[in-house]
Amino acid sequence: MIVFTVIFGAFKKVDLFGAFTEGAKDGINALISVAPSLIGLIVGVSMLEASGFFEILTQFLQPLCNFIGIPAEVLPLGLMRPVTGSGSFAILNSIMQKYGADSIIGKTASVMAGSTETTFYAITVYFGAAGLKNTRCTIPSALLADILGMFFAVYSVRLLSL
Amino acid sequence: MLSYIWLGMVAVSFVCALCKGNMEQLSKAVLDGADKAVELVISMAGVMCLWTGIMKIADKGGLTSIISKVLSPILSKLMPEYDKESAAMKAVSANITANILGLGNAATPFGIVAMKEMQKTNTLRDSPNNSMIIFVIINTASIQLIPTTIAALRQASGSVSPYSILPYIWITSLLTLVSGIVIARIFMLKGRVHHG
Repeated sequence: MIVFTVIFGAFKKVDLFGAFTEGAKDGINALISVAPSLIGLIVGVSMLEASGFFEILTQFLQPLCNFIGIPAEVLPLGLMRPVTGSGSFAILNSIMQKYGADSIIGKTASVMAGSTETTFYAITVYFGAAGLKNTRCTIPSALLADILGMFFAVYSVRLLSL
Repeated sequence: MLSYIWLGMVAVSFVCALCKGNMEQLSKAVLDGADKAVELVISMAGVMCLWTGIMKIADKGGLTSIISKVLSPILSKLMPEYDKESAAMKAVSANITANILGLGNAATPFGIVAMKEMQKTNTLRDSPNNSMIIFVIINTASIQLIPTTIAALRQASGSVSPYSILPYIWITSLLTLVSGIVIARIFMLKGRVHHG
């Protein structure tokens, strides 16, 4: 992919290194702009972890999760994903630390975090830009899709890694 | 919003720690968490920058216009209120292409322009028309060629194959996107029956 893109760029006579550094600068800026909230939220998540909250929650949710077929360990991530991007990355990080990035749980969590956007953020920004308060069916549709997305994430990993 | 979530995290973990007698671990977790977070940001930086740099080359090389050409017939089916050549649709397709390439910083301004342009000819005035709803729904589902943050995070967490989850992410986000559009369509049809 990288090689292909670089050759494609060279073929199209792009200033390769200039474009690369320009893009990398965007990446660094994006990372720096999320760093403060990431630090705050990772502290929050590691506090929740140390306090034993996740064990209590997982135990509590286990019956429901068994019933619907979603691993209880990833449910907190699913609940957090539509609300906060940095918060869900903090949870994803703690899940991968605990269960391993390449375990089924770690993979499921990665897919869950990667396959959807921060729904409420997008809705607020875009309808705010158009000056609209009423959003009609946007919120229910987007949230229903996010819930379905949780199942898709679980099943895609489960089916394809057999 | 985030203030409440953060307050909730702190308060809930305090109460849980009190009940389970994990107070000492809790105070240690505050400092460890801050340390871990900085380490994480630094260890993610390399992979993040590599991909945003590569995607910029793709963008400058004209991949953006190729993708928009492929997308434009699909988009004009999904957003029938606007003409293919209108300023609104151009911004829509620029926004979605930037999202696909993972150029988040470029995507949001295009999206804002798209919404403003669409609002100009919106006959419903204070409510979004169907095309606007579909556009926002597309933006709430992430359609990204390389989910850079996730890949960087997996790499930082010691994954041997940080990119192995890509096909699952593509399938899942595509299915999520399609269900979002279908669900919104169902709501819209139901709304019309009620009014009519």
